[in-house]
Amino acid sequence: MGATQTLHCPELADTPALVNNLLDQIDQLIFTQKLDQPLVIGIHTGGVWVAKVIAQHLQAPLGQLDIAFYRDDFSKNGLHPQVSPSSLPFNINDRHVLLVDDVLMSGRTIRAAMNELFDFGRPASIKLITLCSVNQRELPIQADACALSLDLEAGKYLQLQGPDTLKLSIIEHANHD
Amino acid sequence: MTNSGNLQLTENGELRHFLTPEGLDRLMLERILDTADSFVVIGNQEVKKVPLLRGRTVVNLFFENSTRTRSTFELAAKRLSADVLTLDIKTSATSKGESLLDTLQNLRAMHSDMFVVRHSDSGAAHFIASQVTPDVAIINAGDGRHAHPTQAMLDMLTIRRHKGKFESLSVAIVGDILHSRVARDQVHALKILGCSDIRLVGPNTLMPQAITSMGVTTHKNMDSGIDGVDVVIMLRLQTERMDSAFLPSAGEYFRLYGLTTERLAQAKPDAIVMHPGPINRGIEIESAVADGPQSMILHQVGYGIALRMAVMSMAMSGQMQQRHAKAVNPLSLEREPQP
Repeated sequence: MGATQTLHCPELADTPALVNNLLDQIDQLIFTQKLDQPLVIGIHTGGVWVAKVIAQHLQAPLGQLDIAFYRDDFSKNGLHPQVSPSSLPFNINDRHVLLVDDVLMSGRTIRAAMNELFDFGRPASIKLITLCSVNQRELPIQADACALSLDLEAGKYLQLQGPDTLKLSIIEHANHD
Repeated sequence: MTNSGNLQLTENGELRHFLTPEGLDRLMLERILDTADSFVVIGNQEVKKVPLLRGRTVVNLFFENSTRTRSTFELAAKRLSADVLTLDIKTSATSKGESLLDTLQNLRAMHSDMFVVRHSDSGAAHFIASQVTPDVAIINAGDGRHAHPTQAMLDMLTIRRHKGKFESLSVAIVGDILHSRVARDQVHALKILGCSDIRLVGPNTLMPQAITSMGVTTHKNMDSGIDGVDVVIMLRLQTERMDSAFLPSAGEYFRLYGLTTERLAQAKPDAIVMHPGPINRGIEIESAVADGPQSMILHQVGYGIALRMAVMSMAMSGQMQQRHAKAVNPLSLEREPQP
């Protein structure tokens, strides 16, 4: 692990405002797309923190995915030593799913998460909710609701701290793909 | 013998072969158990499969029969999405005169990534890992009287999931300690994980000499041996031992060491009972105990698949990281050059 450095970014200063913005977008999405009784599923770990806020707001059931067994860089980076089991305490068949992550970057995490979701069943639809999006996509995946899009220089990454107080910051070390 | 602890690990301390718990540290054993815990959940999913080992080839090399172990390894590899080849070596090329070395070299040439090895000779898996195919991950599925590490670790998983921390537990291992390939690994694993009260229970003829040097107590008397324990692990009595003067008779053995409801009452009221299977009802264990509420026997089967998935994925992960680190052709065979 290298040293991390937090950089100043005024747009990120008010993370609670970004979360409120996201909740407004989700309400709008549910209304326009007529998503009846959606399920909220967060991706471990930052995605679960955001998903918890969303699930409380919507009074919706919450599940969590750890995509460690579905990553496409297993042969390069190996198995993550601490895998927390995925827990979906509901049946996802024919349900609308709000898939939540903190930061959307390459899109590879989302691909892995969708692969995993389909091993649990066949949802009616999946909407992607991310607090932030960094314009470094490597796959054709876009969020349906996203509070902030950013361009970042190479070598810089967004990181969400939590879980009690959510705080986004830019760091200069990769621990997110 | 080279240091088995080092042989099992990569330069970065990751698991690359799994031959015995001996020489591994507590952190590594706990990582194996943590990873296995995650895999237990997969068995409850609609699709009981994860893509971790997709595109990898796992060869089950069974030089001696073991339907149960072989099928759980096969299922574990399939649940990890590996391509699995199961070879019953007795009926294959070796019976046509091909040497073990030639058989292994052929399998290596097929770009196999992992061998699961079961052999009647102690040290067979270790030999293959150190001398024959160091770049293929080797999982020991039982070698002679020496080791059966995945069975021992699935027992640790069962204990941890049902009894919690090892430090405060008393564990009795009952039966044919002398010929058991599991008991030795169980003792190693229990000690590494912090268990301090390990009792070996059995007749003198089935108790290895100097076993107490491993930090265990031995008990000839079953009632005192399991008095107040949290866990009773029954070993399978191999019926062939009956013919070789180790034991008087099955009836006599059951009278002295069979686990009955009455005898189990000596252990703690919430004690769990384990057995690697297949069980000999009425010889080691009474049906009422085997099928009773304290029995973990059927849980152990499910945990066995999860535990094997854990060591297979961890060893494959370590092996592949090692290959990347070295950035050389892993099989030292002709392959397309990497761009």
